[in-house]
Amino acid sequence: MADIAFLQEMARKIRIEIVKMLAQAGSGHTGGSLSAADIISALYFYKMRHDPKNPSWEKRDRFVLSKGHAAPVLYAALALCGYFDISLLGSLRKLNSPLQGHPCCKSLPGIEVSTGSLGQGLSVANGMALGIRLSGIPARVYCLLGDGEIQEGQVWEAAMTASHYKIDNLCAIIDHNNLQIDGHCTEVMNIEPVDEKFKAFGWNVFTIDGHNMSEIVSALDDAEKIKEKPTMIVAKTIKGKGVSIFEGKAKYHGVAPTKEELEIALKELGDGKN
Amino acid sequence: MAKTECSCQVLEISDLFGKDMATRDAYGATLVELGKQNPNIVVLDADLSCSTKTINFARNFPDRFFNMGVSEQDMMGTAAGLALAGKIPFASTFAIFATGRAWEQIRQSVCYSRANVKIVATHGGITVGEDGATHQSVEDVALMRVIPGMTVIVPADAYETAQALIASAEYNGPVYIRLGRAKVPSVMPKDYNFSIGKAYIFNIGSDVNIIANGIMVAEALKAAQILNAQGINTGVTNFSCVKPIDDEALYKIGKNSKLLITAEEHSIIGGLGSAVAEFICENCPVPIRRIGVNDTFGCSGDAKELLKYYGLTAENIVQLALEYFKK
Repeated sequence: MADIAFLQEMARKIRIEIVKMLAQAGSGHTGGSLSAADIISALYFYKMRHDPKNPSWEKRDRFVLSKGHAAPVLYAALALCGYFDISLLGSLRKLNSPLQGHPCCKSLPGIEVSTGSLGQGLSVANGMALGIRLSGIPARVYCLLGDGEIQEGQVWEAAMTASHYKIDNLCAIIDHNNLQIDGHCTEVMNIEPVDEKFKAFGWNVFTIDGHNMSEIVSALDDAEKIKEKPTMIVAKTIKGKGVSIFEGKAKYHGVAPTKEELEIALKELGDGKN
Repeated sequence: MAKTECSCQVLEISDLFGKDMATRDAYGATLVELGKQNPNIVVLDADLSCSTKTINFARNFPDRFFNMGVSEQDMMGTAAGLALAGKIPFASTFAIFATGRAWEQIRQSVCYSRANVKIVATHGGITVGEDGATHQSVEDVALMRVIPGMTVIVPADAYETAQALIASAEYNGPVYIRLGRAKVPSVMPKDYNFSIGKAYIFNIGSDVNIIANGIMVAEALKAAQILNAQGINTGVTNFSCVKPIDDEALYKIGKNSKLLITAEEHSIIGGLGSAVAEFICENCPVPIRRIGVNDTFGCSGDAKELLKYYGLTAENIVQLALEYFKK
């Protein structure tokens, strides 16, 4: 059974680390990192079987951050899990840091594949899931996509592949916060109806509130029971979730908090509370 | 899985030495042997398995073959994922689609992650023939050579193709191998041993040295015979491995040449000629002339006609050398 309160608490801690590291870096993607914090908390502190002391454990579940610009949310989770010392988060985006602006699997343990160029992660996740299946390893692969990201054609090639090869050890999640750099997804390039599109491509689709921990946990549990089909969790989220001044603002897609904004953010997130 | 009904020939690897055959046919045969030896080898194709000859592997190992349909970008990403899960994927399609359509997937998902993917592209160059410019890749070597960590190999014949494939399967890292559609003569000797990063020096000439790869090695050997008969001492080296390039061999050849001629079935921009010029200019300057497709698209025609049309023959090499020494 999932400890919902604990997962919510870890999501809060992830958000605190996100705003801290971004403010220190002076650049990076605030909105889409915060919107994914609850999903990432559920994956890393509940659902995924993984071993921070042995990142290359053959039987581990794997996570692909296809929306690689949300690297801070992943770095925060990895640090809180113990993949590396939390002090390393302060080096984000600095020269020679293993914490590259977008995740690099050759520089940081726990990163499965380098991402950042949108639209590529789902194909890689498919390949991992097929490889694991061929090897008879009962592990699962999780892949987090952005909603603006599904405007990339390769996502739909991969969507066909996952259903054609009945990749049921794959669970993808869309962080559906409705905003992309230039504005609302519906205005920039309409992606709706997202759920119907994936259903039409042969996927099992769950639509949930991506900030409701119980719903996230249930969807991840239920996805495991679906056979012969990949599962897509369309998680409705709020960009910048957790910090009122960032919430629902496209501007904070690729902008880091200023000193003043950081203070407000840490206050709202209850930094210092245990 | 492979349900395709096609009548393409299934070849045996038994003895590819001395065989005049298309390098893609050598690929089809070798891949089956590799599949028998290593259960981790998997193959992906983008709806061209009959042309690339991966159909042979598909028939023998249907569970390890993935037809990805007409989607090269997804194929490269999936190959990267398979590699990161411990498999050794061979991903095949035509050279222009492999390297052009999916270039960024190769850069980001494959090479930047150092995924152990072998991209074996067939239908390189203009000898694709009648299909014309859209299907004739004269830019692929340049596109692959520029990516950090990529190994780029352009084998000269069937025997070298088989060896390059075996060496690539053993090597851990991304590799691009460029093969052809048309039949090519056997050029490599029986005692030849391919090794990544090593050139094969047939002989070093004191006047001209021809540095070639792919189908142009055979033309270079013919040209050398003609030039030697005319008193111009000519050598030939097969630089099948464009990256990493064999610095040591290049230096030795450069130091011993009055003229270097590069010859490749590729644009003169960015391929073997460029790689050689870059090294020679910096380390042991000597005049260089490049034979290749002269910054233009291909066109429809018979493969042999096209080689003449674009100036990729022994006669063109001979003419270039004679003109130089006439001065």
